[in-house]
Amino acid sequence: MGTELLQLAIYGVVSGSILTLGAIGVSLIFGILRFAHFAHGDLMTLGAYFAFSMVVGLGFPVWASAPFAVAGAALAAMTIDQTVYRHLRRASPIILLISSFGIAIALRSVVQLIWGPHNQVYQSGIQLPWRIGDIVIKPDHVWIVLGAVVLVILLHLFLTRTKMGKAMRAMSDNMDLALVSGIPSERVILVTWAVGGGMAAVAGIFLGMDTRLHPVMGWSLLLPVFAAAILGGIGRPYGAIAGGMVIGLAMEMSTMVINPTYKPAVAFALMVLMLVVRPQGLFKGNP
Amino acid sequence: MELGGLATYGVFFLTQAGIYAVLALGLNVQYGLTGQINIGIAGFFAVGAYTSAILTTATSTAHLGGFDLPFLVGIAGAMATSAVVAVGIGWVTMRLRSDYLAIATIGIAEIIRIVFKNEDWLTNGVRGVPGIPRPFVETLGANPLVSLGVVTAFVLLAYWLVEQARRSPWGRVLRAIRENEDGVMAAGKNVARFRLQAFVFGSSLMGMAGGLYAHFIGFISPEAFMPLYGTFLVWVMLIAGGAGNNRGAVLGAFAIWMLWSATQFLTDALGAEYATQAGALRVLLIGVLLQVILIARPQGILPEHARRKGRG
Repeated sequence: MGTELLQLAIYGVVSGSILTLGAIGVSLIFGILRFAHFAHGDLMTLGAYFAFSMVVGLGFPVWASAPFAVAGAALAAMTIDQTVYRHLRRASPIILLISSFGIAIALRSVVQLIWGPHNQVYQSGIQLPWRIGDIVIKPDHVWIVLGAVVLVILLHLFLTRTKMGKAMRAMSDNMDLALVSGIPSERVILVTWAVGGGMAAVAGIFLGMDTRLHPVMGWSLLLPVFAAAILGGIGRPYGAIAGGMVIGLAMEMSTMVINPTYKPAVAFALMVLMLVVRPQGLFKGNP
Repeated sequence: MELGGLATYGVFFLTQAGIYAVLALGLNVQYGLTGQINIGIAGFFAVGAYTSAILTTATSTAHLGGFDLPFLVGIAGAMATSAVVAVGIGWVTMRLRSDYLAIATIGIAEIIRIVFKNEDWLTNGVRGVPGIPRPFVETLGANPLVSLGVVTAFVLLAYWLVEQARRSPWGRVLRAIRENEDGVMAAGKNVARFRLQAFVFGSSLMGMAGGLYAHFIGFISPEAFMPLYGTFLVWVMLIAGGAGNNRGAVLGAFAIWMLWSATQFLTDALGAEYATQAGALRVLLIGVLLQVILIARPQGILPEHARRKGRG
């Protein structure tokens, strides 16, 4: 019982790390552009497959392919923004949401066209896990958690120490004030997409390492990612960390009592509970 | 294709387009009139399909029921269960921004899919529910034209209902909420309640469409719905036809369904070995089409406000 709990907690932290990276992007984009970005899960998928091409095509190890995947996904996110979303900035956020839903479907089709509809893995064969007593830890799990921690620290430094990061927080906190004080909004928006897309790519790679690659992998994670962002207070990147961990832990722990296929329902239930009790989230967001 | 085959295909095509028209009308109540986003259309559709299937099939040990009830009872039940699901989800999200409803509807659709896939006692799981009777098969026979006639009647019924609603004071409040929520609240209207009513009304129409589909196809399984693509197609239909305009919703359903069916030639051209790629390419084309419409003609083919010049 005790070891099982600990084992599930480890899985929970791993999946919480993945959710956190996704939820940070969703939260940043919501803060700056004021719409729920429904294509975020599929950006994760795209990033995961970019890395897959490097691993399979060029024989790169997964970690070395990550920077290229991050750059690729960031570029993809910025391109989508410039070709589609930019023309809808003056429309209502609802139109942007619908547009991003269409982008989500289109991205998935592109992934299916290029890489095919089947399950893929970065490395075939079984990774030898470490055993500490009855607890089993795969080396990949350690990399995922460490990678997420490093990225979150980098993001924190970016948001607090750089001019661009401060501009992003200013736009998120008070759009009008930020604009009249001369913040170059279009450039901030582009950087937001680059950061959000890049983080999504890493989340996708981690998800691929933890499970497998599949064209629907990112979309299936969209609900828990949004749940994490809402739990933390949407528009609040720091809240996304707390939200991601709570959702990740809850989803894995729940498998002790319910059928694991119902994991998304746990994320959903927590999100609904939060919306009823405290819609602004743990860290007061913009409801 | 010989003439008889073409006629059969035409009947099949029109029946399916009609079912989509009911879905688009349901979405028009939610999005077109009220500004609500429902990404879980497939969920309400599936609830309707399964409800009607369970109510009308012969008794079976494989799933709940069947109760061997008449077709119209099945459809009424489909609408009722979809409405109940909508009340549950609506009650939580009505006081919040529409983004939250959008996210919540993804969740509810996903959960509905998982339940239908895993709860064998209820739905027979992935093996599905077979033997759903065609509408009025005992009195009118199994002619596909009967199905088409029944679906047409339901499209007209749904159109009439939504059009009455749109013109009524109730519909005016919905549109006012869409345009200026604070103003409506200041006028002393209970915004959350109106939103909930609109969401439930629209969802029950989606349940109706699900019921019609079940009786038209005769067999349903969790994978038979193309869950997400179904939802997505309905959205493109409404946006292309003209959100807020009921004739636009119906027109969009037929136009996009024709386009979607026409892209079937891609599958034929690429051959069976590339069937999945061809499917992906078709979806990609529709996805790009949606972006083009949103940017170039967001009001759709039949804009909502054209009627300003004429009747009120």
